Amino acid sequence: MKKQRPISPHLQVYKPQLTSILSITHRLTGVALSAALVVLCYGVLALNLGGESYNSFLNHVGAWYGKTLMIGWGFSFYYHLCNGLRHFYWDIGKGYSLKTVYRTGWMVVAIAIGLTLITAMKVV
Amino acid sequence: MVEFRLPKHSRVIKGKTFKAPEGSANIRKFQVYRYNPDSDQNPRVDIYELNMDACGPMVLDALIKIKNEVDSTLTFRRSCREGVCGSCAMNVDGTNTLSCIKHLDEIKGDVKIYPLPHMPVVKDLVPDLSVAYAQYESIKPWVQNDDPAPEGQERLQSTEERKKLDGLWECVLCFCCTTSCPSYWWNSDRYLGPATLLQSYRFIQDSRDTKTDERLKDLEDPFKLYRCHTIMNCTNTCPKGLNPGQAIGEIKKKIAASKIGK
Repeated sequence: MKKQRPISPHLQVYKPQLTSILSITHRLTGVALSAALVVLCYGVLALNLGGESYNSFLNHVGAWYGKTLMIGWGFSFYYHLCNGLRHFYWDIGKGYSLKTVYRTGWMVVAIAIGLTLITAMKVV
Repeated sequence: MVEFRLPKHSRVIKGKTFKAPEGSANIRKFQVYRYNPDSDQNPRVDIYELNMDACGPMVLDALIKIKNEVDSTLTFRRSCREGVCGSCAMNVDGTNTLSCIKHLDEIKGDVKIYPLPHMPVVKDLVPDLSVAYAQYESIKPWVQNDDPAPEGQERLQSTEERKKLDGLWECVLCFCCTTSCPSYWWNSDRYLGPATLLQSYRFIQDSRDTKTDERLKDLEDPFKLYRCHTIMNCTNTCPKGLNPGQAIGEIKKKIAASKIGK
């Protein structure tokens, strides 16, 4: 049998750059938001079950881990929203020059972090 | 399929070190991926110390110096040494480029040289591009026109029509962009990749080609075209400064527009 050729290194050697990092962040925040949806449903369910269960839900949300998760999901929401708009911009055929890709990329990061900080200050 | 780790037989081990000759003042280290298909050993990274006072300015110059003076077994493709043939495409300092037009000055620290990422390796820096070439062939990269050319002359284009091909015809098919794309890494069996899609767009844009509808119809497929998630590593790495990401975006737009028209 012929020997199998090795696969050349990829993730192991390819330099992380804004283009790929923002893309994988978009996907990860999307996954995080799917998980958040389950928690949101749980909250609605708890509300439906009455004050006691809803109170216990709110206690979890207000605890340190709850707050951490909320801030994380807040960032995920804002980032996914802003970068989603960036994708729409691409879909109408605009913003493909490398300079614009980098500019809109950094803009998305700045706006998402800014909105997360504002929300965190209101909530925490 | 997404696979973060390399398969067992592909994992890179430590290799040999070739010291610079005594008395060299200006030494630079080159870490080079090596794989010998005649041995049972895994791929390894050899370290070559070169005297930079006696070396040309480009990455390819260093590779040729190694092959000529240090280790004649080092294997790589090269031909034109001026960025028009696309042979010496490889991963240098973490991004894909043509080693003949990559200045050593642009690189900080040791120079790390690997083959184009996530490809089967034939030997050392030589990847097996047969799948990529077959994909290129599948988009029929030639002008298709059932009408015969005008008697006694070629098919003419206006200046504006010719202009639409700028930024597309310059592609040298080095596959730097295709092999920089994580989506191509995970789906190279079915996703065509940026280089081939840019070429397809080159013929879609050609006024002399009359098979635009067929070309678009052929690309409309969850894998062939739509595995592109606009990551833009392709445009970031193109050694010719082209924009495959934009070409793919234009194809998607044309397909969407053709739906609205109906």
